[in-house]
Amino acid sequence: MSTLDYTTDEMMTVEAARQLGGGDVCFVGIGLPSAAANLARLTHAPEIVLIYESGTIGAEPDALPLSIGDGELANTALTVVSVPEIFRYWLQGGRVDVGFLGAAQIDRFANINTTVVGDYAKPRVRLPGAGGAPEIAGQAGQVFIILRQSPKAFVQKLDFITSVGYLDGGDARARLGLPGRGPTKVITDLGVLTPDPETRELTLTQLHPGVTLEQVKAQTGWSLKIAANLSISEPPGSSELRTLRALHERTRLAHGREGGA
Amino acid sequence: MAKIMPLSEAVATFVRDGDSLALEGFTHLIPHAAGHEIIRQGRKDLTLIRMTPDLIYDQLIGMGAARKLVFSWGGNPGVGSLHRFRDAVEHSWPRPLEIEERAHADMASSYAAGASGLPFAVLRAYAGTDIPRSNPKIRQIACPFTGEMLAASPSIRPDVAVIHAQKADRKGNVLLWGILGVQKEAVLAAKRAIVTVEEVVDDFRVDAAHNAVILPTWVVSAVACVPGGAAPSYAHGYYARDNAFYKKWDAIARDRETFLDWMRENVLETRDFADFLARQTRGRAHVDA
Repeated sequence: MSTLDYTTDEMMTVEAARQLGGGDVCFVGIGLPSAAANLARLTHAPEIVLIYESGTIGAEPDALPLSIGDGELANTALTVVSVPEIFRYWLQGGRVDVGFLGAAQIDRFANINTTVVGDYAKPRVRLPGAGGAPEIAGQAGQVFIILRQSPKAFVQKLDFITSVGYLDGGDARARLGLPGRGPTKVITDLGVLTPDPETRELTLTQLHPGVTLEQVKAQTGWSLKIAANLSISEPPGSSELRTLRALHERTRLAHGREGGA
Repeated sequence: MAKIMPLSEAVATFVRDGDSLALEGFTHLIPHAAGHEIIRQGRKDLTLIRMTPDLIYDQLIGMGAARKLVFSWGGNPGVGSLHRFRDAVEHSWPRPLEIEERAHADMASSYAAGASGLPFAVLRAYAGTDIPRSNPKIRQIACPFTGEMLAASPSIRPDVAVIHAQKADRKGNVLLWGILGVQKEAVLAAKRAIVTVEEVVDDFRVDAAHNAVILPTWVVSAVACVPGGAAPSYAHGYYARDNAFYKKWDAIARDRETFLDWMRENVLETRDFADFLARQTRGRAHVDA
């Protein structure tokens, strides 16, 4: 790290923010997705519309929320609607361009597990469960997923599919008839993975600067496909870094402790 | 018509052992005071329902009050696991906990169906996921017009809904604003409803717009005035979310003995929620000094 003037988490958040465009309506998960989406809003995409599942539409939080329903989200939103309304009229109604999700575990076809590790009836680890993610993954125009890469998170086989990516690949998702296209980018602390247009298998298409292919392979629980024309991410610009760090500093002050990435 | 009464009387009158109980609140206006009172009165064999079980459900589960949990996301938001919930599911401590799991979109729609007097909710959901495999109550239904396959999920119709709101008037009409979650639907879906409020005023119509969320007194069983009753969650316009406490809860709940000690000292041995809040303030002053 000593040769770089930014952390791998900062690289991940900055690269994730870059995926969002100006007029996108983005349904945002709490934590890493929220950090990236707000960084986008504060840098290149001021017109972006952020929706949180607590019913806040057009939220412009000054500090990142700790929970999905912090008062800061309501105070800065254009409007606050009920939870049945946010899921029925806005998400199921087809008004969301991008769903931005985190995940506990992901497989090679971008399916997500946030339910259990081990047997459902007698789990080794009980995770929080579905929340809004299954319907975001199914119905948003496209889905971005952000998580740190490790063998525990990038697994060969999920014990439980909470939110669907491309199931077992090929046209399996298309056959489900879901309205949304599915995951189009997985942004990690090591690089960016993109589903193959035919097989839908996640392929490493972009490496963050200073990261080696060996590192990425070691942090992936399956034999990772590497794109022939692998690109290298642009390092975080000074304005991106300054804005992200100021956002985290405001968050730290607001919550009385340092925030996440 | 709702009766205005002390919270202890409301719980004693309207919450019975074995009831299905929805203490709703989506991060905002979580009825912590009512949850504490249910624990203090030793209610048991409850079916707890909530989209986002958090600290107060961790407490009810850890104290063995629940037989079953119906939910869609169980965690300490932004912090991590609910350790008492996990201990109950992973190790059946202090007793086995049956779970019925859905997704948010489903629970929100199923409360709305319950409030609408319908037997089930219809929504576009779950295709390709393992959730219906874990919950056989989630079924599929064909649209009679297009043949599209949709998810059907049974309505949520709790015996008792418990919510916290900002204001009531002296007749027991209730006003709430800010992040609303599914509280209106939960009250209208339930057989009985208890509402705790920050304050009781003569008339709130002067400062509420015509389309403000108001629950008329005749859909509420009891109103109890409990200032601060949502803490450590928040009441918009009254006090902020105590994020530091949510972080502190992680250490308290991680260990069974630490948890039980905290519950004894802060819930079982307190008279009411005002006593609990006073203890928290004294504890904090002690730490600050």
